[in-house]
Amino acid sequence: MAKNIIELVDISKTYDSTEVLKGINLYIKKNEFLTLLGPSGCGKTTTLRIIGGFEFPTRGKIIFEGKNINSLPPYKRKVNTVFQKYALFSHMNVEENIAFGLKIKKVNEKTIQEKIHKILKLVNLEGYEKRSIDSLSGGQQQRIAIARALVNEPDVLLLDEPLGALDLKLRQDMQVELKRMQKQLGITFIYVTHDQEEALTMSDTIVVMKDGIIQQIGTPEDIYNEPKNAFVADFIGESNIISGIMKQDCLVEFSKTAFQCVDKGFALNQPVDVVIRPEDIEVSSNEQGMLSGIVQSTTFKGVHYEMIIKTDSFEWMVHSTAMYPPKSAVGINIAPHNIHIMKKVVNQ
Amino acid sequence: MKKKWLSYPYILWMGIFVVVPLILVFFFSITTSSDGTLVFSLEHYRRFMEPLYLKVLLKSISLAGVSTIICLILGYPVALILAGRQMNKKSFLLFLFVLPMWMNFLLRTYAWMTLLEKNGFINTILSLFGLGPFQLLYNDAAVILGMVYNFLPFMVLPIYSVLRKIDHSIIEAAEDLGANQIIIFKKIIFPLSLPGVFSGISMVFMPAVTTFVISRLLGGGQYMLIGNLIERQFLLAGDWNFGSAISIVMMIIILISMGVTSKYDKEHEGGGLW
Repeated sequence: MAKNIIELVDISKTYDSTEVLKGINLYIKKNEFLTLLGPSGCGKTTTLRIIGGFEFPTRGKIIFEGKNINSLPPYKRKVNTVFQKYALFSHMNVEENIAFGLKIKKVNEKTIQEKIHKILKLVNLEGYEKRSIDSLSGGQQQRIAIARALVNEPDVLLLDEPLGALDLKLRQDMQVELKRMQKQLGITFIYVTHDQEEALTMSDTIVVMKDGIIQQIGTPEDIYNEPKNAFVADFIGESNIISGIMKQDCLVEFSKTAFQCVDKGFALNQPVDVVIRPEDIEVSSNEQGMLSGIVQSTTFKGVHYEMIIKTDSFEWMVHSTAMYPPKSAVGINIAPHNIHIMKKVVNQ
Repeated sequence: MKKKWLSYPYILWMGIFVVVPLILVFFFSITTSSDGTLVFSLEHYRRFMEPLYLKVLLKSISLAGVSTIICLILGYPVALILAGRQMNKKSFLLFLFVLPMWMNFLLRTYAWMTLLEKNGFINTILSLFGLGPFQLLYNDAAVILGMVYNFLPFMVLPIYSVLRKIDHSIIEAAEDLGANQIIIFKKIIFPLSLPGVFSGISMVFMPAVTTFVISRLLGGGQYMLIGNLIERQFLLAGDWNFGSAISIVMMIIILISMGVTSKYDKEHEGGGLW
């Protein structure tokens, strides 16, 4: 077991009587790629800024390698940040930007030059030392921002939606590169994003947040396959979420039909949320399915077709490689292990 | 190409109020009237090169320069405070600062006269302590005071607008990289605010170097700056040709100083005049 580098203990943050973080408990291991994921306003950036030292928690403790660092200013933490809008110093060139932190630490000129060279190699921008910031593309500026943070050899790198402003292709390339850098350097990355795909691609651990509360912590596989509640299921990938009632262990009723499932331990007739991924729904052309419905629309999505199938009580989103034209009558089958049962969230 | 005609009123306006007067001034400056006919002459420019007039020019430039420096020294901290993050009543303070600008320029300058007079407010206060009276009016210091007082907002506002536009995350990034407040100011805030500083300098220096009202009211009747010299040629001496020549020289000096500052102000983000 790798040991925890950062521990957040019961962190709360209140701005002008609005509580943005409500008791966050989070343990971050050494060398892991941890992603804080959630919709805007869920408190993920605030959490990151508290770790960075730009905000101070109203309540709770931040522990860094066993020591409480609650009141330590940013420049005394062994943490560096890559900001959302890069925050490069536009009046300095690439080299001066990267050397900024080193010069403050009074590193000698020769070492600085070596480090700049090494870090530019890491971010694939060799030979860019004298370029001005304005002459770089968004992707290149982002790499410089990362280089400027990494050159200080922090124990933890904080990244606040660093790829938000890049186009899709560039974003995907950068995702792979960030993961490569993290592995190569062996340091902890804490990454904030609202893009679930980005989170799934890069993370060792994903922390799903909503309204200042952690919803689920787990590996990408866990989060995707075993979402803890309807919010997580809906936020991570697309989902059909329908209300149902547990009839007995491994038997759930929804859409007026009883389905075999694999979940146990619920009370008799307990109302639950049933989550079914669109790709887990099998469509058959005859009407021999467990449910029958009419195709409302069919959209080609590249790898699959996305169909909306209307049954008596619900509109299902279905991903299938087989195509059924709109208005055709189809049957729906769902395998027991693809039916995910979740307790109803009380406050919804 | 569409709607090109929309600009015609503007072109007309510029023609009547800018181009024609400029041509007239230039025309007057290179002619002299002898026996009722106009003849080409550079006599006025040569006359301006006389030590008497050059001294006036030098004095105008040095007084304006001193005023500009004082404005910068006073104005920069004010802009910094106004642009500061912790300012909650920012807009109210800015309003207070701009408020005097809404009052008539002459009125404000006259107000200083009554304050500085021999029997004025300041000397009266001082006499209560058995001091004075001091000669506060009709000297260089009074003129500089008038310039600083009247033109300070022109220094503060462009610097303020540049400072306010600096993204706070840049300052956080510097903090993150280990910079303390002094380094942040020296290496980040001040260099990034330079466009505002340059446009502030040109916005103070230019009106200060050509003023004739401040120098006449606070400097006294015999006080001569380049603005007064020009005014005198037109209104008293009736020598429009010489007045025009001085104006052209001043215009060239201002254009050069503008060129120098705009070279540094390449981003055009000073919120300045151009």
